[in-house]
Amino acid sequence: MQKIISKNVNFFYGETQALNDISLSMKEKTITALIGPSGCGKSTYLRLLNRMNDLIDNTKMTGSVLIDGNDIYAKETNVDELRKNVGMVFQKPNPFPKSIYENVAYGLRVNGINDKKTIEERVINTIKQVALWDEVKDKLSKSAFELSGGQQQRLCIARALAIQPSILLMDEPTSALDPISTSKVEELLFELKENYTIVIVTHNMQQAGRVSDNTAFFYMGELIEYDKTKTIFTKPFKKQTEDYITGRFG
Amino acid sequence: MLAYKKKRNQNIAFGIFSLISYAIVALLFVILAFIVVKGIGVISWEFVSEMPKNGMTEGGIFPAIVGTLCLVIVSMVFAFPVGVLAAIYMNEYVKDGWMKKIIKQMTNNLAGVPSIVFGLFGMSLFVNKLGFGDSILAGGLTLGLLVLPVVIRTTEEALKAVESTFRHASLGLGASKWQTTSKVVLPIAFPNIITGLILSIGRVSGETAPILFTVAAYFLPKLPTSIFDQAMALPYHLYVISTSGTNIEASRAMAYGTALVLIIIVLISNLLANRLRKYYGKKVKMN
Repeated sequence: MQKIISKNVNFFYGETQALNDISLSMKEKTITALIGPSGCGKSTYLRLLNRMNDLIDNTKMTGSVLIDGNDIYAKETNVDELRKNVGMVFQKPNPFPKSIYENVAYGLRVNGINDKKTIEERVINTIKQVALWDEVKDKLSKSAFELSGGQQQRLCIARALAIQPSILLMDEPTSALDPISTSKVEELLFELKENYTIVIVTHNMQQAGRVSDNTAFFYMGELIEYDKTKTIFTKPFKKQTEDYITGRFG
Repeated sequence: MLAYKKKRNQNIAFGIFSLISYAIVALLFVILAFIVVKGIGVISWEFVSEMPKNGMTEGGIFPAIVGTLCLVIVSMVFAFPVGVLAAIYMNEYVKDGWMKKIIKQMTNNLAGVPSIVFGLFGMSLFVNKLGFGDSILAGGLTLGLLVLPVVIRTTEEALKAVESTFRHASLGLGASKWQTTSKVVLPIAFPNIITGLILSIGRVSGETAPILFTVAAYFLPKLPTSIFDQAMALPYHLYVISTSGTNIEASRAMAYGTALVLIIIVLISNLLANRLRKYYGKKVKMN
């Protein structure tokens, strides 16, 4: 089943066009990697999927994005509800200056879940889900800033998962992490694929090759090629794609 | 040769800069020392706990201390919430554009209005039009208006200093803008917002012109009993006994004593607020 469908999406920052007629569909419970050189529009596209671009003044979007068949840019869309369903993990780990426990509980609290037992259960389960439990179980009330960068990023993933979204957007989630932390996050992605549709922006070609089912190559606001990751990395259709992947430009 | 010249120029420049910085610190110390030396003689328990006596040449300044504290409280109760909310609106809600520019410009203009003009405005609005009369309420509100730009500006700076990545994380979890502001942004910004409070308290306790026509009493032998009473205040008292008292020469020492008390009050409030700031700063990190 197609989970995310975008049709003829154009996006403008002021006068500058950042995305040009992007049509792209993603299947449920797959990992899609968005690759391309800096400024190619891949992060902009990612942020369209949970309407994070709304936060930037003076932007314009045309075309449509459907999630589970609903146009998320329709007037009647409740953006808070949308973002609850479409979780996001950012480039730099950004836990709140709260305790480890409260970081994960935050999303539940703001979404009206107040029952202590439910919250505790969810927090613990989610921390276990991201394989962080053994490392933090004795210091749940300690500040999240005491964790290492890699642990913080997994905590941020837990924070996003706690409210049970169906889609997870990741904007270069490992670019600020060391190789060991990176591989932990990647392992996690494989497990999460069972239950979530994941879209990941990455500058790391090997990462895209390792974790994703499908890969979309963006260049200067255009979607150059979109196919199975295997195809993109072994016999890409377009020369531009091949050049980028083999490191001849970008 | 060039390296020598560069080095020499740098040394000269640094020399001038450090000289200026030390001069500022030295000046502050001279002023403080001057007031301490001249005023310490009259400081006693009686001085801070008794009514003025004998045409304000003897006795204490207790009612002026109480008056100033009342004014600080009333003005802060008004200006702090209003200023913080205005700053939140401006920083978190209004989009960049002409509207924001106008509000900003107006706030800056408000900060530039001479304090005596605030006094006149307070008199015509609070004292006369709204019928509060010469009262702590009228004076406190006038002082509140005066420091409103300070509160707004420092709060805005505090909010701006909060990294937007925290806002995005919260909004990304489906939190509303208000939840994001109240649960994430404000707690992080709070220690810095307290700085605004410190600055305003110092400003309010020292201002004379705005209370001239709105609250300050030349001499009151009793303490205020409600916010609709007139009150004495330290800066005004200082002004009175050094310019128009019954015997200016005789009350000279008391004037310095009053100045010293005023400075000590400001100092204490600064220390207190600093402690508060540190406490909340820690709490934000640990929580």
